Amino acid sequence: MSSAALFGYCGAVLVGLGLYGLITRPEVLRKILSFNVLGSGVFLLFGVFARRGAAAGLGADPVPQALVITGIVVAFSATALAVALLVRLNKETGQIVVAPDDSEESGEQGATR
Amino acid sequence: MTLVFACEVVLAGLLVAIATWTIVARTAFAAIVLFMVYGLLLAIVWVALSAVDVALTEAAIGGGVTSMLLMGAATRLRAPTTPVADVGLPLRIAAGLLCALVTVVLGAVVFFLPDVAPTLAPVAKDNLAASGLGNPVAAVLFVFRALDTLLEKVVLLLALVGVWSLASDEAWGGVPGLPVYARPGRILVFLAQILPPIGIIVGIYMFWAGASQPGGAFQGGTILAAVWLLTMMARLQDVPAINARWLRLLLVVGPTAFLAIGLAGFFIADSFLAYPPGIAKPLIIVVEATLTLSIGVTLALLVAGPPERLPQR
Amino acid sequence: MRLALDIITVVLVSAGGFFFMAGTIGLLRFPDTLTRLHALTKVDNLGLGLIVFGLLPQVESRLGALKLIVIWLLVQMSGAIVSQLIAQAVRRSGRQT
Repeated sequence: MSSAALFGYCGAVLVGLGLYGLITRPEVLRKILSFNVLGSGVFLLFGVFARRGAAAGLGADPVPQALVITGIVVAFSATALAVALLVRLNKETGQIVVAPDDSEESGEQGATR
Repeated sequence: MTLVFACEVVLAGLLVAIATWTIVARTAFAAIVLFMVYGLLLAIVWVALSAVDVALTEAAIGGGVTSMLLMGAATRLRAPTTPVADVGLPLRIAAGLLCALVTVVLGAVVFFLPDVAPTLAPVAKDNLAASGLGNPVAAVLFVFRALDTLLEKVVLLLALVGVWSLASDEAWGGVPGLPVYARPGRILVFLAQILPPIGIIVGIYMFWAGASQPGGAFQGGTILAAVWLLTMMARLQDVPAINARWLRLLLVVGPTAFLAIGLAGFFIADSFLAYPPGIAKPLIIVVEATLTLSIGVTLALLVAGPPERLPQR
Repeated sequence: MRLALDIITVVLVSAGGFFFMAGTIGLLRFPDTLTRLHALTKVDNLGLGLIVFGLLPQVESRLGALKLIVIWLLVQMSGAIVSQLIAQAVRRSGRQT
């Protein structure tokens, strides 16, 4: 097993862990954390593909690495927007979970308010 | 099994353990601290994968600014009046099976990868000299796939507009609610006086060296954002109101310069975002310099959050 | 000459690693926050300092050596200031852990 393959399996496990946390933790902040773990697992897989593409004297293929840098920045901006939404939700309703829509009455109430 | 590979096995095991602990931690504070540790360990993994630019970005943005953002949010959240109900066991088991399936499929993808990997490294290396840069990742970011970088910068601005739009009506266009110390102690003020000059030098150096060594505009911009946030939190500078003209000018100077040079490519080179040979490197340096400034201001404002009060006259 | 430099590196980095381990054991085993901060300063000052001095023979250029020492000084400064801030917060909150 090469070191790139080792980190590839590590990235696969991280994707599974992040997905599990995203599904099972009801608090929004924990979902955001799990989403970041999931994203970093995907980036790690990209990094493995980059490392395996080492050629022409370079240590790794630079194109997937540039994609990962772009991905990290975009993931941060998504996290920032999600956190701002969470803080606003908490200020308005005092909740830290997103309540599911229960019935049609609450939908009609929301429309008329 | 060589010594280096044994160290990498330990590193990968530690990474998975910290990620698991982050997911199952009981308090939000513990989970965020663990996430910060996870980000820094991941930066070491990136170095082990020969991706030093990505390691710098991960340490700065993933392990630094994201954790700061999440910690600020965790301290601002009020505890709910009704306790949060945990999900039931059937959902946990179903989710566990689904995630195990996803992990196994991805592991199989890694296992069945072809022996000779397709790569664009020779193509990048051949065209590197024409761009005048020495860092292949910087060349990919600003020359070969410059459209991705331009759009990424626009996505950052869109996220900032989204965050600003969450202000309430009274505070529209006001001062962001970045948590600042009411009475900062002398030692925090000392740190906020001594660290920003060093941070500015390191940030500019990282952008400048990114042309030929690992580094770049994003990493340098993040350091500038971090030291600006530090001075604001220690109350050495006021948090600016978001309708301040100089602030909005700094935000747009980066993408505007990038877009202008890209459109000029229609006239002085072949196509959009093409650079004429000979002055490619000065143009890229101009783009990177303005982008560093804009990224610093944008990231700091993303952490500061939506406006919460009007500026006192 | 090369061998002597390598031996210096191995000895100093191992000593630094020992201080890292001592600081980590202190972090895990000491009873309250102030004593744990005291253990962590060993990591910042001595541990990192020995590792940096052990890596200096391996660096090719003087600028690289200067960068390593500046990193050590920056970590020391930030570690000292953050320790003060945490200790102030502990004293202000009145708790002991």
